[in-house]
Amino acid sequence: MSIEANAKPPLLEIKGVKTYYGNIIALKGVDLSVAEGEIVTLIGANGAGKSTLMMTIFGSPRAREGQILYDGRNISKLATHEIARLGIAQSPEGRRIFPRMSVYENLQMGASLNKFAHFTEDLERVYVLFPRLKDRATQRGGTLSGGEQQMLAIARAIMSRPRLLMLDEPSLGLAPLIALQIFDVIRDLNKREGLTVLLVEQNAFGALKLADRGYVMVNGLITMSGTGKELLARPEVQAAYLEGGH
Amino acid sequence: MSVTTKPERASGQPDIAEALKQAVWAALAAIALSIPILLFRAGANINNMLVVTARPVLVAGLVAAIFVARFLIVIWQSGRTTRTKSAGFAISPQTAFRLKGLLVVLLIAYPFIMYGLTGPLGSLKWINNYGIQILIYVMLGWGLNIVVGLAGLLDLGYVAFYAVGAYSYALLSTKFGLSFWICLPLAGLLASLWGMILGFPVLRLRGDYLAIVTLAFGEIIRMILINWTAFSNGYAGISSIPHVSFFGLPFEDDDSHPTFASFFHLHYKPIQQTIFLYFLILGLSLLTYFVTMRIRRLPIGRAWEALREDEIACRSLGINTTITKLTAFSLGAMFAGFAGSFFAVRQGFVSPDSFTFIESATILAIVVLGGLGSQIGVAFAAALMIGGTEILRELGFLKYVFGPQFDPVQYRMLIFGAGMVVMMIFRPRGLVSTRTPSIFLNEARTISSANVKEGHG
Ligand SMILES: Nc1ncnc2c1ncn2[C@@H]1O[C@H](COP(=O)(O)OP(=O)(O)OP(=O)(O)O)[C@@H](O)[C@H]1O
Ligand SMILES: [Mg+2]
Repeated sequence: MSIEANAKPPLLEIKGVKTYYGNIIALKGVDLSVAEGEIVTLIGANGAGKSTLMMTIFGSPRAREGQILYDGRNISKLATHEIARLGIAQSPEGRRIFPRMSVYENLQMGASLNKFAHFTEDLERVYVLFPRLKDRATQRGGTLSGGEQQMLAIARAIMSRPRLLMLDEPSLGLAPLIALQIFDVIRDLNKREGLTVLLVEQNAFGALKLADRGYVMVNGLITMSGTGKELLARPEVQAAYLEGGH
Repeated sequence: MSVTTKPERASGQPDIAEALKQAVWAALAAIALSIPILLFRAGANINNMLVVTARPVLVAGLVAAIFVARFLIVIWQSGRTTRTKSAGFAISPQTAFRLKGLLVVLLIAYPFIMYGLTGPLGSLKWINNYGIQILIYVMLGWGLNIVVGLAGLLDLGYVAFYAVGAYSYALLSTKFGLSFWICLPLAGLLASLWGMILGFPVLRLRGDYLAIVTLAFGEIIRMILINWTAFSNGYAGISSIPHVSFFGLPFEDDDSHPTFASFFHLHYKPIQQTIFLYFLILGLSLLTYFVTMRIRRLPIGRAWEALREDEIACRSLGINTTITKLTAFSLGAMFAGFAGSFFAVRQGFVSPDSFTFIESATILAIVVLGGLGSQIGVAFAAALMIGGTEILRELGFLKYVFGPQFDPVQYRMLIFGAGMVVMMIFRPRGLVSTRTPSIFLNEARTISSANVKEGHG
């Protein structure tokens, strides 16, 4: 299935994962892998189970069946905070920044995982990536605009210096130009720092252009995968997920 | 008065030295004015002879009041000018530190000032009803503030830990003859243990559900105390609990063995014990304050605040929410345990009646009124609510207006209810709505309420 990923063992490998909400099955046996240094995107219709997969990787809800291997180790039984401590960070769906804390404090919370080892340095780095956050350092998180909150969520996630960054719809609700900037930041982090990224997106065109590889999820199952270019060229993908297809 | 020209203070911060100077001038003016007007009172005795009585205490009190008022006004006004200059009213950390220092000095001086002003008998009321009583609630408020204000866990059964502390001392001292100084840490330990015992089952609960379970927990503890008579003596409670000693020296009027009075070559007076109790609760409150402030700056303290905001985000940032919640519960409970054993040693008697739901509600009201999470706000709120109740007791003259049946204390809850409603309209985020960031890595700054108004999100 994956072509490039065969070269070295994947950083994240998901095998036959099934997740339930009560009795309702949300993931029906998902296989997916992300190699170190790759950008992998996951696209699919509303309710396909993309966010569920992200959260399952993070251990809440838990996978009822299957394996989640991170760096060769099965993490499907670990608690969420233990998974985070392995170097996985996420900007979850709905951003989930701390609304009553300042921007600065939100960023501190992100860095608390590695005990502020590189705090000042990393703060400068995210301020370069998102100058907007620097201007608003003392503003309360909850009063930021939607786009600024999105930037904060991503910035907070990278403050912990993760090996694997998972982003759930980072372009949601953003002006097209800002969405492009966010994609640029992701590409930048990947190219310059070798950060591995798993990206869930509704903006399939932008995501597939950015990603090395992509997966298409339908009703809790992966139905297609391939390089970004390959998927963009597929008529089914064009019909279902790209505007030009209708 | 000469006004020395000063360089403009660029920061516009309150100037303590300037305020002190102005306060001294105001006090001097007050002395000058009050000596001819107030100091002597001319009256007539039964024989219609002119009698002149000197009233130095009144003058001293007035001058002191003017001094403090002038000082605070200057501080407040310089704060106001700051507000117009920058986005929000912000006191620099140094000023805040000095103000707090001044407050502590005032609190230490308080019993002696009252003693000087109103004498050994009159000061009893001021030190006991106002001083000690308020400080107990300040301490309880600060303890609950950890759970509710910082960690955001709504606890309606906080009084249970207060009861655990009180009964710990009552039972350990009467059954095993342990001294207060041994029982105090034990009471804290036992209470924090109960905090964890409550914490475990409610780990997964939040909001309304958590509130209901903690409410039930508070009632369960009270029911145990009422019904397990062999253990706690039921409704009758436990009496003749040993009184506090000055590190082993009892406060007694007895020459046969060393006492506090004999050791310090003083005449025995009951007020000595009261003043000691005052300092004991002041010390315990300050301990609560400093421990909380210290912990707020540690990762666990930040984790509490983050937990209040968003639990899922906390976990995905690597925070162990189980430990975070349990520490909040057990630390908050520990301070209630300390306060409880203080309560027992002060009263000499404990019974389940002292630990009803209304106590939990009062403490919670203090925390909410003070502004969730604000330490100073909680202290003010406690002074307002508990001091307010005491003041109501003194409004006996209202009986002449409303008839002899009228008891203002019975209207306490009505007045507080109205006060709460007014508060929620004018200061919805509590008396003190600024919160200081929990850690300062580069520079300290206060996030003013102007920047943190309630938004959605
Ligand atoms: N907490 C929950 N309880 C029950 N069902 C849930 C829960 N969360 C999600 N689901 C269901 O699981 C399915 C997958 O949801 P999920 O949020 O993963 O979709 P998604 O692919 O992220 O969609 P979107 O693009 O709209 O974000 C949906 O049918 C949804 O209704
Ligand atoms: Mg989703």
